[in-house]
Amino acid sequence: MFFQQIANALALGSVYSLFAIGFTLIFGVLEVITLAHGAVFMIGAFAGLIAVTKFNFSIIPTILISMLASGLAGFIIDLVAVKPLRARKFHHLAPMIATIGSATIIISIYQGIFGAEVYRFPFDFVPSDSYEFYGIQLTLLQLMIIGTSFLLMVIMILLLNKTKWGKAVRAVAESSKTAALLGIPVEKVYQFTMVISSAFGGAAGVLTGLNFNAIHTFMGGPILLRGIAVIILGGMGDIRGAMFGGLILGFSEVLSVAYISSDFRDAVSFGLLFFILLIKPSGIFGKVMERKG
Amino acid sequence: MPEYLTSFWQTYNTLFYTIFVHGMLGLSIYITLACGQLSLGNAAFMGIGAYTAALLTIHMGLPFGLSLIFGGILPAVVALIIGIPTLRLSGVYLAMATLGFGEVVRVVFLNMEITGGSLGLNGIPLKTELWHLFIVMGILIYFFIKLKNSRFGRILEAINEDEVAASVMGIKTTYFKVWAFAIGAFIAGVAGGLNAHFTFFVSPREYGFEPAVDILTFAILGGTRTFWGPLVGSTILTILPEMLRFLGPYRLALNGIILLLVVLYLPNGIVNKDTFDNLKRLFKEKRRNA
Amino acid sequence: MLKVENLIKDFGGLRVLDNVSFEVRQDSIYGLIGPNGAGKTTVFNIISGLLKPSKGKIIFNNQEITNQKPYVITAKGISRTFQNIRIFKEMTLLENVLVGMHRLFSYSTISMFFDMPKKKREEKKLKEKALEILSIVHLSEKGGLKAESLSYGEQRKLELARALAAEPKLLLIDEPAAGMNPAETKELMNEIVHINSKGYTICLIEHDMKVVMGICERIAVLNFGELIAEGSPFEIRSNNKVIEAYLGKEEGCA
Repeated sequence: MFFQQIANALALGSVYSLFAIGFTLIFGVLEVITLAHGAVFMIGAFAGLIAVTKFNFSIIPTILISMLASGLAGFIIDLVAVKPLRARKFHHLAPMIATIGSATIIISIYQGIFGAEVYRFPFDFVPSDSYEFYGIQLTLLQLMIIGTSFLLMVIMILLLNKTKWGKAVRAVAESSKTAALLGIPVEKVYQFTMVISSAFGGAAGVLTGLNFNAIHTFMGGPILLRGIAVIILGGMGDIRGAMFGGLILGFSEVLSVAYISSDFRDAVSFGLLFFILLIKPSGIFGKVMERKG
Repeated sequence: MPEYLTSFWQTYNTLFYTIFVHGMLGLSIYITLACGQLSLGNAAFMGIGAYTAALLTIHMGLPFGLSLIFGGILPAVVALIIGIPTLRLSGVYLAMATLGFGEVVRVVFLNMEITGGSLGLNGIPLKTELWHLFIVMGILIYFFIKLKNSRFGRILEAINEDEVAASVMGIKTTYFKVWAFAIGAFIAGVAGGLNAHFTFFVSPREYGFEPAVDILTFAILGGTRTFWGPLVGSTILTILPEMLRFLGPYRLALNGIILLLVVLYLPNGIVNKDTFDNLKRLFKEKRRNA
Repeated sequence: MLKVENLIKDFGGLRVLDNVSFEVRQDSIYGLIGPNGAGKTTVFNIISGLLKPSKGKIIFNNQEITNQKPYVITAKGISRTFQNIRIFKEMTLLENVLVGMHRLFSYSTISMFFDMPKKKREEKKLKEKALEILSIVHLSEKGGLKAESLSYGEQRKLELARALAAEPKLLLIDEPAAGMNPAETKELMNEIVHINSKGYTICLIEHDMKVVMGICERIAVLNFGELIAEGSPFEIRSNNKVIEAYLGKEEGCA
């Protein structure tokens, strides 16, 4: 029974990791905690839904379309809400509040268009075959989700470590002033980061929509909470932390549902968050931030 | 009483009461913003207060005043618990922790039997009257006026301006931030109790992320320089949606737009530091011209 | 009074302070100099509790204060100013000083709420005291103005006043003469000597050599995190290593 839960935990956790990677990257590079990431996740989910139900796309184009839509959304959010605050010196909470405003607008518009009901993918969209690995049953859907998430995460790691853009991103994350002095187009790096991270958030959205076969305008809230828990757990700005943290959260939730109760699944992430804040607020991979004089 | 006044009151008395409650909620978030922290949990605190007060009057028949006080104390205790580890860190951590907390509270209310689950609590006796609201609001305003020129108030302002400098001046910054957070939670809880006893009904949906954003918008729009700001902001944002009912679900977009516009273009809100100087100048001119 | 023992500070792979030790005697004015980036402000940050050292100890009045929280260290009697002036811009001068002396307030929150005589008395008494402190730095007429309306030099003086308000035994002053013209600098020197004569021990970081040589009794010189010399102004002035590292370059950059 326990081993069976591993399949569920991996499917759940890998998507959490995917969501958290974008979230933590935006923090690491732009130094902004975007509370609009949940809205972007939702946009990706709906984009995928429309791609399938209205245009009959198959799975891979659907995921790509989701990423495109949410990447675009991230670009717009940055343009309208975050970028104007970069030029001036604002209160440290201002960018976060701007993202809250953006999220509220987006969710309200979607609520106007789609209402509050739960939408589903067509019944047979993903064939319900299942396969067996070492005694664990994995449905085709779970395999797809795990596979896609890990593939995207590998792409992200390769992107960051092996490409010119990736080096630029890491330089800006380290110090935007120094990067600018070195001739790196910091503004373009910011935009690039927003787009890529939002695209990953959107991918997480459509995969979650498929996993639970439920898409609705308020699905951004619960995932945002989990994203927050993961990035604090893993260390803010740390990619490895986001990946491990997502998996840890996935396992924690699945195990608590199986062995304690399913009612309080949403409380697990907060419990983890609170626990980490008590013990090591910088997270698993985080460095302790020291105050400067 | 003239005919039109009575019918006006019959239609709009709930709106009036709500203006008071929203004003209190604006004050509850103000005190944490005043020391540089962002709490997104005040709607959840309001919910805890609402449920507590309602349950106390329904099941234990406590007098209204006591229910309200306990309805304020419980959220304050919870705030102490969450606040102590979180407020050691910078203001964004409280924002994230309270965001998570808000979700958890919603889930807990949804699943506990005593809170009526997803149906909420019904049939709460009508206890709140206008004079209750006047008194509580009066006490709060008096408290904030006294705060301004006191040791506690100056410390909060110092922490808000420059927390590092404040710590080096011997201020126990975490201690004071936690107190501000707990006081805010108390105020939100009392507001919740008052609210429950004129709406007859509480449900988990009313205390989630959207109301938390509403409360934040009251303060940001009104201005966080003085406590009058959130009062102005909450009044505007309570009356405005009433006039814009025809927008339907898009009404919420208004909050988001206001947040964005204010943060980007009017960062000090409506009641900012120049407002008082401008008002004083206006009165001086009027007196000279008279 | 203050002993800095074998202080080492690493930031990641960079060793910012390497085995720094010196001692500040009671009632003296002690200078800490060195080229930009030598680590002087880092030493202050560690003494005042804002940073933890990687190794080493800080001993104040025979008590070890290493790794203690800033507010505890201030309570023990150490106050400081900042290189980039961190006054509370939106508050008035009087309020700034009152924050500095907040430990002297003892009325409770209930007193605040009910305007009890104790609160009124204390507020009045301490406001008078705050004005006195402002007059030491010649700013008492501007007491009711917002701090941001002050000139640069006046803001520095306000920061000094605020640090004095906490009734410290040791005052850490970080580059007070930065950005001042010769006349202001002279006035500042007199004020520091004056404050010292009232019984405050002072440890001073400064680039302006006239100030340092003029008022410091002993001086420690840092370069790249290392202590390269320590002694009287005369000894430092003629020390080859110091001349090479520091005095050989532009003298007295303000």
